[in-house]
Parts: sequence; C-alpha cells; structure tokens
Amino acid sequence: MKTIADILREHSFFDGLSPEDLTFVAGCGKNVHFLEGEVIASPGDPANEFYLIREGHVAISLNNPSRKPFILQTLGVNEILGLSWLIPPYQWTVSVRAQCSIRAIAIDGACLRQKCEKDPCLGFKLMKHLVQVMAMREDAIWLHLFDVYGNGK
Amino acid sequence: MQETHDVFSLSLSAQSERIPSFLPGQFNMLYLFGFGEVPISISGDPSKQEELVHTIRAVGAVTKAMQKLKKGDEVGVRGPFGTHWPLSKKDCDVLVIAGGVGLAPLRPALLYLATHRKDYKTITLLYGARSPDDLFYKQEIQEWEELGFTVKISVDRADVSWRGSVGVITTLINKHLPCPQNTLVLLCGPEIMIKFALHELMRTKIDPREIYISMERNMQCAVGFCGHCQYGPYFLCKDGPVFSYEQLQTWLTIEQL
Repeated sequence: MKTIADILREHSFFDGLSPEDLTFVAGCGKNVHFLEGEVIASPGDPANEFYLIREGHVAISLNNPSRKPFILQTLGVNEILGLSWLIPPYQWTVSVRAQCSIRAIAIDGACLRQKCEKDPCLGFKLMKHLVQVMAMREDAIWLHLFDVYGNGK
Repeated sequence: MQETHDVFSLSLSAQSERIPSFLPGQFNMLYLFGFGEVPISISGDPSKQEELVHTIRAVGAVTKAMQKLKKGDEVGVRGPFGTHWPLSKKDCDVLVIAGGVGLAPLRPALLYLATHRKDYKTITLLYGARSPDDLFYKQEIQEWEELGFTVKISVDRADVSWRGSVGVITTLINKHLPCPQNTLVLLCGPEIMIKFALHELMRTKIDPREIYISMERNMQCAVGFCGHCQYGPYFLCKDGPVFSYEQLQTWLTIEQL
C-alpha cells in the first residue's frame, strides 16, 4: 500500500523536492474522504488546507442569490485543489463541492507556509510549481473568456 | 435533423447522378437557390454511399435558410473537395480533439476508426462544447464508448445539475495524451482553441508531423482559383482543409493571418 510520501513523490507538483522536504510535506498530509454533495470550501473560509485529488471530481462555483448557480470549473484525479494557501489573505474565494465521492490527500497549508517562510529554498520550489499551475489555469481562463464557441458577435 | 438549437444535419440523396465517394475530412460546396453557396465538411459515414450528410451551424444567411429546409427540398452540391484525415497510419494511438461544431468534420474519421477498431491501439476523443445543451451526436458518442473509445467531454459552462467536466477542452489534453511517440492527433474546432491545444501538445514530445488540423475557414471557388482561402503559401480548399501541424507551424503564429 502506498504511503502519502509515495503518492506525493509521483506527483509533478512536488518535483524537485529533497527527500527530507518530501517527508516534511507528507507529514503535513492526511487522507480525507468527502461524500457526494459535501461542501469542501466556501468563499471566505480560511485556506489552511489544499488537496491532491486521488479519486472523484469537485465542482468549483460562485453563488449569488439573484442568479442561478453555475459551475466555473471541475477538477479531477491528480489535480491540485486550492492555491490560496500560499497567497495572502489565505482565504478561499470560491465554493467547492464534491460531485461524487472524493478521496484526497489534504495537506496542512498553514504549517507548510510557515516552513516555507523559514526555508526559502523549499518555498521557492513550491512557488515555482504553484506558478505553473496558475499559468495553465490562467490560459484556460483566457480561452473561457474568449467564448470560443460563440459566433463572434 | 436538429442536433442543438443552432446545429442541424442535412441528409441528402442524389436525384440523378450517383453520390461521389468521399474521404473523411473532405468538404462539399452546398448551394441553396436564392441564397448562396457555402463550404460544409461532410459529416457522414464514408462507407455509406446512399446518402450524403452534412452537419451545419446556422450562423449566416445561407445556413439559416438551410436550417428551414424540409424533406424533398433541393440543395445543389459541388464536390467533394480538399485533403483528408490520414487514417492509413495503423497500429498507433489516436487522439481526436474536437471543439464545438468541429466534431462534425471529425465524425467520418471517428466512424472509420470505429469500423476498423482493431487496426489501432487506444482511441481517445476529447470533445468540448459551450454548454451541455450544445453537445450533439450523443447517441454515437455512447456507441463509440461501448466500442472501447475513451471519451472525455468538457463544457465551458454548466449549471449545478451537470455531473461532467467543466473547463476548456485544452485542459484535458495532457491528462489523456497516450504515448506521445506513437500518437496520431486529429484536431478541429475554433482556431483559437486549436492554437491553445497545439500549445498544450507541444509541451509533450509529440512530433508535429503527427498532428493534423482541419482549417475550417470561408472558401468560395473550392478549386484554388479565387484566392479567398489563401493562407500563407496554401489554398485551404486545395491544399487543405486538413494539414499537418508541420505545414502550418509558421503561419499559425501570425496573429492577423
């Protein structure tokens, strides 16, 4: 059976981390399970944890009482859920709900953040990976905003 | 047949001559008397010679008029024209990436792959649309899944009742790309989506000569004379619409071309 460290070692988000750093990060992690429909985060919640999804998928949405709720994005297996743990004010800005049964590794972002403050080398490595994820999501947002399937009017 | 609110399929049978055979990826010029002529990719089964199918999005005067056609109405057909999807390469993985109505020109290729399933390794279809209501060929997609195709659908927006993936289709590419060394990629959709998809594909080690794109642009004469479809050194009607990425690599980077 794989340990949390084994799973993190195989994931590109943790590429380049030393064995000691990986052991530390794994120490901040725990297996979690969410039921279908369960709310994982709401806007304004402290972003103390982020997740590596191992099974299932989540829906990210923004809700407004005067509008029908709609899904902005879904994230699935092997994707990182939660980027705000490393960026002030360390709060979730969206709603996240399990679309089905979810298994994930929850990593204590607050603890990892403090370690990154003390160990800038580790912080830089994680920030590099975080920026790559953000860049890919930004590209996706540009494409989304462009409304590629619209008729150009 | 109405596929979605603005996409419909026309099934044509010949009145006098035999329907000419076509290869997946080719197009016809369809003309509607009193309205005009448009280039439309053939979306039917290349092995079925008794009917000619085109799936069309109603966006302009001609296609909006075509949407109102009834059984028995006449449509003029010139063609088939253009290059085709390179399906003679066997024993490889195939990744088909379709955006919106771009699934229509890919349908003949998917039907061919389904008929010749044992000649290929994995077959993956990534299909993106604006919303769940804009998805079409749903029955066939289910049949392709039953044949062992891996099908991943993603929509740009959905309400909370949607249980599938939400996000632009390009985000699925790296997750579902088979072995880059032996994968044939067939790509069709809005050009900006094609460019972002190519950006994702180039992050892997895939050979640009194994990526094929159908350039769905306006064409007029369809025989390489009028110049309306000129794209760099190519005429899309004659040298395309299916190109390898290697052929187009330079020209796709020119934003205003």
